[in-house]
Amino acid sequence: MSANAQAHPDAQAHPGARRATGGRRLILRCVALGYLALLLLLPVTMIFYRTFEHGLGAVWSAATAPNAVHAFWLSIELVAIAVPLNTIFGIGIALLLERGRFRGKALLGLLIDLPFAISPIVVGLALVLVYGRTGWFGDWLATHGIEVIFSVPGMVLATAFVSLPFVARETIPVLRELGTDAEQAAATLGANSWQTFRRITLPAIRWGVVYGVVLTTARALGEFGAVSVVSGRIEGKTLSLPLYVQDRFENFDTTGAYTAAVVLALLALATLLAMNLLTRRTRKAGAA
Amino acid sequence: MSPPLNDPTPAEALAGAGAAETGASSARGGSGLKPGRPGFGAGGRLGAVGAGVLGRGAIGIYLSVLVLLPIAALLAKAGHGGTAAFWREISTPQAVAAIKLTLIASVIVVAINALFGTLIAWVMVRDEFPGKRIVNALIDLPFALPTIVAGVVLLALYGKNSPLGIDITFTRAAVGMALLFVTLPFVVRSVQPVLLELDRSMEEAASSLGASQFTVFRRIVLPNLAPAIVSGIALSFARAVGEFGSIVLISGNLPFKTEVGSVYIFSQIQDENLPGAAAVSVLLLVSALVALGALTLASRRWSRHVR
Repeated sequence: MSANAQAHPDAQAHPGARRATGGRRLILRCVALGYLALLLLLPVTMIFYRTFEHGLGAVWSAATAPNAVHAFWLSIELVAIAVPLNTIFGIGIALLLERGRFRGKALLGLLIDLPFAISPIVVGLALVLVYGRTGWFGDWLATHGIEVIFSVPGMVLATAFVSLPFVARETIPVLRELGTDAEQAAATLGANSWQTFRRITLPAIRWGVVYGVVLTTARALGEFGAVSVVSGRIEGKTLSLPLYVQDRFENFDTTGAYTAAVVLALLALATLLAMNLLTRRTRKAGAA
Repeated sequence: MSPPLNDPTPAEALAGAGAAETGASSARGGSGLKPGRPGFGAGGRLGAVGAGVLGRGAIGIYLSVLVLLPIAALLAKAGHGGTAAFWREISTPQAVAAIKLTLIASVIVVAINALFGTLIAWVMVRDEFPGKRIVNALIDLPFALPTIVAGVVLLALYGKNSPLGIDITFTRAAVGMALLFVTLPFVVRSVQPVLLELDRSMEEAASSLGASQFTVFRRIVLPNLAPAIVSGIALSFARAVGEFGSIVLISGNLPFKTEVGSVYIFSQIQDENLPGAAAVSVLLLVSALVALGALTLASRRWSRHVR
């Protein structure tokens, strides 16, 4: 932020204009902060107030209700499957896009960005059209007794789809920055491909990967639209935490809804903190 | 779905493929300075190639199961009855109302984002005030917050018995508010780094030549920021067109009034009208992709033109 340490150029050029500049600056600051307060800060603060409005006891019983606990663990389960998958394949895709040479590379790049442009509802619908009862594989799955849609596997697919791009997108720029010199040197010195990856590439890209994992986890934990299409919303069975928030709201159990929402909001704040620590860390690593 | 334990992971395989393709193969290195293990000369190279093929295969299967097949099924379903059927599905009055609301709301939201996003980025870079770092970190909150929680959060302040006395539930304003919330970071985060890098000597030169502050902003700062603003707009628009979670609770989903495209698709899935759902899905997806492509292209052209 060294730019801020300097005085405004206007102030140097025309000392008399300094006060007017300061006034205008203050107005801009107030407008910007006012907008942020009304849209972001006040609503987020309000949700905490609303949750604890009726006392800690109500919150505690809402948080320990069997369906709430189940929803929490189901969300953890979805994250535990989707995030490692997307991490491994995300690194793979990043290496393929950055180091590989093959036809259809641009297409692969577009494909992994697709989840950014596609509505979560459309993701859910697309999965239903393949794995649902009337979908392409519907009959085959039914005869083999495999349930995908309206069941946890479908929710895993939906979660993995929407959180697909993050690790790859965070790793690619780091790989590009890294270049291939060190990898080539390692290979010339006799390291095999796994050793090169383990000892040279992975340590260099690890903070990019970790940042991607944080974003993947946040998205996977909070996914609502895609999961809501494929889950069938069976209470105590296929309600993840975000779906549980809606379920409680529609059943006029506002304390239940707010409590679950606050749990998710706290996890989001933790994500934000992790993101900030990581960017500072990468910046330091870049400077060193 | 995950590869068997004994197989190399795709990452390992691809590292191999990458090394092989850059011409520095482990085969050459086998006779080199310090082989880590004896005897992985030519065999190591063959292994790397095999692992590369395996890794690509695994990625291909993963992406097919997860993305390609579902998207293909969506396009097939939407195009199943030909153009006439597709047209019929997207031109029912309820579908038209939902699509219109989605597109108009997205355009308005994106315009507000362009204005306030740029302003917020400017304040974050050029201004100094206590608590700035916290505010700066909070701007990313809409990216981290689950969409359904975004909806609940807005309901807590702007719902029934709002402490501000503003109840926007079940109105179109609620749709706009939810979209503004979830798309807030896009323009800010795309403009901020450009503003940080911007060489201030240009501005100083202009103002020392007597240009007013407004002129400096309009003639110097804005043209430099324009590509970043446009690319932020593109991402906001793509996000707004498909948004669902933050809207679903606060808008009330009233057909012809507050029902957006994604909610309409959801209702068609519930009614088992999959062709209708697929047709509107394809329309929304195409409009998001076209906007994203066109605006990204414009942004790139522009930034080349400026520099």
